[in-house]
Amino acid sequence: MFAQIEKLGAATIQKFEEVGRLSVFLYRTVLGLVSRPFGFKELLKQIAFIGARSMPIILLSGLFTGMVLALQFYDVLARFGSVDLMGSAVSLSLIQELGPVMTALMLIARVGSSTCAEIAIMRNEQQFDALTCMAISPYRYVMAPRLLAAIISIPLLTAVFNLIGIFGGYVVGVFIKGLSGTAYMQTIIDTITWSDLRMSIVKSFIFAVIIIWISMGKGFFVHLEKGVSGAESVGRVTTKAVVASAITMLFADYIASSFLI
Amino acid sequence: MNRNFAESSVLIDVKNLNSGYGNRHVLHDINLSVNDGEILVIMGGSGSGKSTLLRNMLGLKKPSEGQILIDGMDLCHANKSELLKLRRSMGVAFQGGALLSSLSVGENIKLPLRQHTDLDENTINIMMRLKLELMNLAGYEDLMPSELSGGMLKRAGLARAVIMDPKILFFDEPSAGLDPVTSVELDQLILKLRKAMNMTIVVVTHELESAFTIADRIAVLFDGELVTTGTVGEIKTCTDERVVNLINRSPRDIQIDAEKYLSRLTKGAN
Repeated sequence: MFAQIEKLGAATIQKFEEVGRLSVFLYRTVLGLVSRPFGFKELLKQIAFIGARSMPIILLSGLFTGMVLALQFYDVLARFGSVDLMGSAVSLSLIQELGPVMTALMLIARVGSSTCAEIAIMRNEQQFDALTCMAISPYRYVMAPRLLAAIISIPLLTAVFNLIGIFGGYVVGVFIKGLSGTAYMQTIIDTITWSDLRMSIVKSFIFAVIIIWISMGKGFFVHLEKGVSGAESVGRVTTKAVVASAITMLFADYIASSFLI
Repeated sequence: MNRNFAESSVLIDVKNLNSGYGNRHVLHDINLSVNDGEILVIMGGSGSGKSTLLRNMLGLKKPSEGQILIDGMDLCHANKSELLKLRRSMGVAFQGGALLSSLSVGENIKLPLRQHTDLDENTINIMMRLKLELMNLAGYEDLMPSELSGGMLKRAGLARAVIMDPKILFFDEPSAGLDPVTSVELDQLILKLRKAMNMTIVVVTHELESAFTIADRIAVLFDGELVTTGTVGEIKTCTDERVVNLINRSPRDIQIDAEKYLSRLTKGAN
């Protein structure tokens, strides 16, 4: 009994330590944003990686999400004789919730995992030690450009996801279910307000910080993983980073929604 | 090979250094000095504390006790700007090169110059090519680190370490994982560097041949203790059993208490 309580206590302390460590890591990374010289070349490279190269999966997942939503809403709205409202139902669901969340989940899978693995390998190969010895801050040179690139790219990708999702809904509603295209677009224009767009932007901004922060932080502290080293430690922290990013993102989604709705 | 450093000033002074990881005490009261312009080799077997000592000397790890003075400045208590100044006067070549995998060899070597100087790109390129030439790596600047062999990675790492013409060069395990010919080439390179750039060099290694070739003085570590320091001749004639065993490559006796081992194995079964 006491042994169990002791284990639970030790695990809790360890979690608090980790949260503290990651918070200091984020603080130093944010400081890196305002330190000079800033790595603009690295920033552009990361925008290309996080933003441009994520476009195909965002386009595909956005299209299919919008199409599925339209199918689901058509079925529900038909029961109440309100299929004309499909445009507003699809667009509101996408802009307020599914757009930011689905984009974040896709980017956790694509960007979060690879960023965590890359940073962990850099740690294992002493690349951060080398930077420190060259009097170059890893926070400024490696982390800050990635954080800024995520903050710039992820809200834009979310906007693309929303647009392509609305288009997917249009394809199903107009070409498959035979609704009026003008009515579909008009209900969207009539329903969507600035506060809906604001919610999407705020959520995607928060999710961007969470994804890149946790992925980089977990990779950066790979050497503190107990009982594993080398390739195994990289695999373990990458899995942890993906799970922790997804759960933290969904928790933040609930908090953000409760304040913004 | 051996120079007279009696007149030289002490550039690195390690005083009563104690260091470890958590509850594990690795280094015990290390006192060591490195003279200006000399090549000091820190030698010892695996687990002797060489790498921990190097990490402390580089300021990558805080010691639990003691002082490390570099050019008179206390590394352990230096403020941020002092630490930056110290680091700019030091070059470090890591065991595996530690080149940034996302940059080409040339970009890696140019990185310190780009970050710390206002030199124009042409000058930076010329300096990078000069250092690559010095390391016999001319023409390799556009390759990625993943395209280089182990020996080339070490030499590229060395080129980056000396690009700012540092006063002190630290080299971690130059011969580890290399074939004998490449290993000798690296030893020659270290000697060439000292001659060309008049650097103070600290090398950490477990390779005897390499240590005897390049060292002005050798410091021998054993189980976290500094056993002795001396010239190559003094180390070769040292009578301390631990040094003799290291030189003769005599393995340590591994003591197994069979009864204790069996009782530990059967403990869970009872």
